[in-house]
Amino acid sequence: MTGATSALNGNISGEWYLALAAVLFAIGAFGLLIRRNVLVMFMCVELMLNAANLTFVTFANMLHDIGGQVLVFFVLVVAAAEVVVGLGIVVAIFRRRANATADDFHLMKG
Amino acid sequence: MLHLTYLIILLPLVGIAVQVLFGRRLGDPAAGAVATVFVGASFIVSVGVFFNLLTVHGAVRSFTQNLWTWIPVGGMQIHAGLYVDPLSMTMVLFVTGISALIHLYSIGYMKGDRDYPKFFLYLNLFVASMLILVLGNNLLVTYVGWEGVGTCSYLLVAFWFTRETAAAAGKKAFIYNRIGDAGFIAAAFLTFDKVGSLDYSVIFANVGKIGTANITAICLLLMVGVAAKSAQIPLFPWLADAMEGPTPVSALIHAATMVTAGVYLLCRVNPLLHASPDAAWIVALIGAATAFVAATIACAQNDIKKVLAYSTVSQLGYMVLAIGAGAYEAAIFLMVAHAFFKGLLFLGSGSVIHGLHDEQDLKRMGNLRVYMPITFVTFGIGWLAIAGVPPLSGFWAKGDVLDNAWAAHPALWVVGIFTALLTAYYMSRLSGLAFFGQDRWKNKVAIDADADMPDAHHADGPIPEPHESKWVMTLPLIVLAVLAAAGGVMAFATPHLSLARWVDPVFSGSLYNDHETTSTIWKLSTLDAVVAVIGVFIGLRLWITRADRPKLEWAFLRHSWYFNEIFDAIIGRPGARLAEFSSTVIEDKVIDGAVDGTGALVRRTGMALRRVQTGYVRNYALWIVVGIVALFGFMLTRTWWA
Amino acid sequence: MAVVMHGVLLAATAAATATGHASLVDWGTFVVAAAIVLSGAIGVVVARNPVHSALMLVMTLFGIAVLFVLQRDDFLAAVQVIVYAGAIVVLFLFVIMFLGVDREENIAAEPLRGQRPLAVALVALGVTGLLLLGEVSKWTTGALSVAGSTDSSTSNVAQLGTSVYTTYLFPFEVTSALLVIAVVGAVALARRPPAVVTAPDLDLDDGLVDESAPATDDAHQEVTP
Repeated sequence: MTGATSALNGNISGEWYLALAAVLFAIGAFGLLIRRNVLVMFMCVELMLNAANLTFVTFANMLHDIGGQVLVFFVLVVAAAEVVVGLGIVVAIFRRRANATADDFHLMKG
Repeated sequence: MLHLTYLIILLPLVGIAVQVLFGRRLGDPAAGAVATVFVGASFIVSVGVFFNLLTVHGAVRSFTQNLWTWIPVGGMQIHAGLYVDPLSMTMVLFVTGISALIHLYSIGYMKGDRDYPKFFLYLNLFVASMLILVLGNNLLVTYVGWEGVGTCSYLLVAFWFTRETAAAAGKKAFIYNRIGDAGFIAAAFLTFDKVGSLDYSVIFANVGKIGTANITAICLLLMVGVAAKSAQIPLFPWLADAMEGPTPVSALIHAATMVTAGVYLLCRVNPLLHASPDAAWIVALIGAATAFVAATIACAQNDIKKVLAYSTVSQLGYMVLAIGAGAYEAAIFLMVAHAFFKGLLFLGSGSVIHGLHDEQDLKRMGNLRVYMPITFVTFGIGWLAIAGVPPLSGFWAKGDVLDNAWAAHPALWVVGIFTALLTAYYMSRLSGLAFFGQDRWKNKVAIDADADMPDAHHADGPIPEPHESKWVMTLPLIVLAVLAAAGGVMAFATPHLSLARWVDPVFSGSLYNDHETTSTIWKLSTLDAVVAVIGVFIGLRLWITRADRPKLEWAFLRHSWYFNEIFDAIIGRPGARLAEFSSTVIEDKVIDGAVDGTGALVRRTGMALRRVQTGYVRNYALWIVVGIVALFGFMLTRTWWA
Repeated sequence: MAVVMHGVLLAATAAATATGHASLVDWGTFVVAAAIVLSGAIGVVVARNPVHSALMLVMTLFGIAVLFVLQRDDFLAAVQVIVYAGAIVVLFLFVIMFLGVDREENIAAEPLRGQRPLAVALVALGVTGLLLLGEVSKWTTGALSVAGSTDSSTSNVAQLGTSVYTTYLFPFEVTSALLVIAVVGAVALARRPPAVVTAPDLDLDDGLVDESAPATDDAHQEVTP
């Protein structure tokens, strides 16, 4: 990020935001790999999405390009749609077994 | 008329098409008549072309007709071209003429055969191939014809393929010919490499530029082809076995035409032989050796067709000897004369076999001159012609060859004259056993039957009284007899009738009779005549009275100097062992092992890799993260070492 | 007193921005928001009860919204709170309650072999790599703005609106279609399969059917969830 000069990010240079987003993303990934409860895994995915959103906005300001913010806009919409469908699937699967976890579905085992 | 040269080849091809489409419907004998008509028409066209050629003036009368460009590939432009000159015209005339006669003969001979139309189809195919061979103006077109006649030889020899020996003989003929083809095509490769073209005109123009070693190599490779096609040592054993085919086939292919293809080829490439004395010497030696060996073998054969087969090999040896000695005109003269009298002899033998209900064993014939007079007279003319009795054509032709052999080297002449004696002897033995003596066909079983010829044709049971053949068979005999008798006129040096004069311009710098004085020629000719008469006399004397003389029929000769056994030991059995090895070890273990092994390897890899698919989503997520980390690593390396 | 504090802070900020250095307020806001975000994220991951996880998620989302505001992106901050925290997390909570998956999960146990150590190692590696890359490589090309500069004096909403409805109109329309599809999909996924209808529902009174026989169980069947 040696090329980042004028920081209009509240006068904090963008690198900090990017670092924060990276760590947030890592936490989300970690959670996804560790937790077995399907809904918690979903929430970790939301964490990752938010990290990405933060990155986009940061860059929008670093590059003085509104496109980054537009992208966040769309990511939000699509994330919402994704959650709807995902939870619909969760409901459809978990209707039968209430305390199932992600590890209980391994029908695709090769 | 010259521009209609292509018709000569086209007419038999049309005949083939007709046979394919309508043969079965035409049946016996219409299919045969149709085929004969086409070949006859081809002969008439050739006569027209011949007369037209006579009007062409120039050092070498020639006419080239490029039908179309066959292979236009960059530096290699090969045309489907025809070349008409005295040499090819000579060949065309006697090929079409004798073929027409033999077609006519076959109408009667093959009567009642189950595959009657197929026979004529093959015969027409053969004639077409032979004409392509002879008329080609470059090595590749000649090769097409060369392969074609080889194929037809196989098809026709194995015509009665339900007979195991016939099928085996067909295979043998084809395989030996294939060996020759390999030599031919290697010669073509070498020629193209050195000269850059396969056209005869281009090759001959560049003879001086490619070096004697190359020319010798090309000539020797071509000689391999010739040795196979014209049955020279060591590739001659197939010809005797090829007698399994119907007699018209033996007459046409193995006496008059196909086997002369090799001789024709050597004549065609005479500038090459002229430029390489070493190659010419080797050719001459091969010819002389073949003539002698084959003649000795013929003295001990019991099958009438085998005697004639080995006789053909011997006469071909003479022709090759003449070529090697540089006497091309003599070779051609003998080739034409041989076509007449050998064709006649084969057809006559066919008549005999037919009359005796398919009996071929000489020891079971006898006194046929009483029952088959026309056959006897015509056969007799052929017999005396080949023996070299003057004034028949054989005397002049063989004399020509021997005169030139003497001029080349006396040793060649000695071999030649001794072989001439043997020729007269064995032919007289044949005639004596067949046409004179007692009516041995009345015996239940032949004397020493099946002794060494388990594969010969025998009549089933006792033979009824022999009968003369029908006109379709005797007419060709008569025509050929006339030609065999009168063919000698071609020797005389009158401008219009002399074969030598006619064909000489094609062979610049040939030896022909250049170095001999007239008195030498007279002395040699007298010697020839004397030897011929002595041979005839001895043969008749010994074999009219008794048919059973084992002391004169050595087993070594009867088994053709054990050539077949030697080849079997050196090539046949090791080859079989190699095939066995290939099929069990290489095929099963190596190739199947590799193929099956690849399959097994894939399967095992799959079995190992499937453990990645645990079915757990979290594991899959882990793998995604692995990929991401790898990507980061890659990008890091790129930036640090970029 | 509050007014005075407020005024001091404003002055300090103005002074700082005027000179181009980050002000104390900005830094403080950033640090606090970052702390909220990270603690919320860690909370999502380690909370045993999924309801707790959801609430931690809300905390994270609020923190992110603050960070958006810091970067002068008010509209998106508002949208984030309304849509993400207000709708999506609520949806999560609905499902948790509906399905009863609020049972606590045994964090300590890990049935899959090697998953945990590998996850730790990989994530650590990933983060390190990411941060390193951020330091080492040029991630921004300094390209000119494509969709419009953020420097203009119009409000953020106006800028975003202009961009979405002109340059990015097609993606906008496609996204709306996507939403419809998502709704349809969700409805299709979530509804119960219909009850099985069998023939004996029809009343064929032709005397052939023996109505004294007890009705079989096949007649009325419902799929139990």
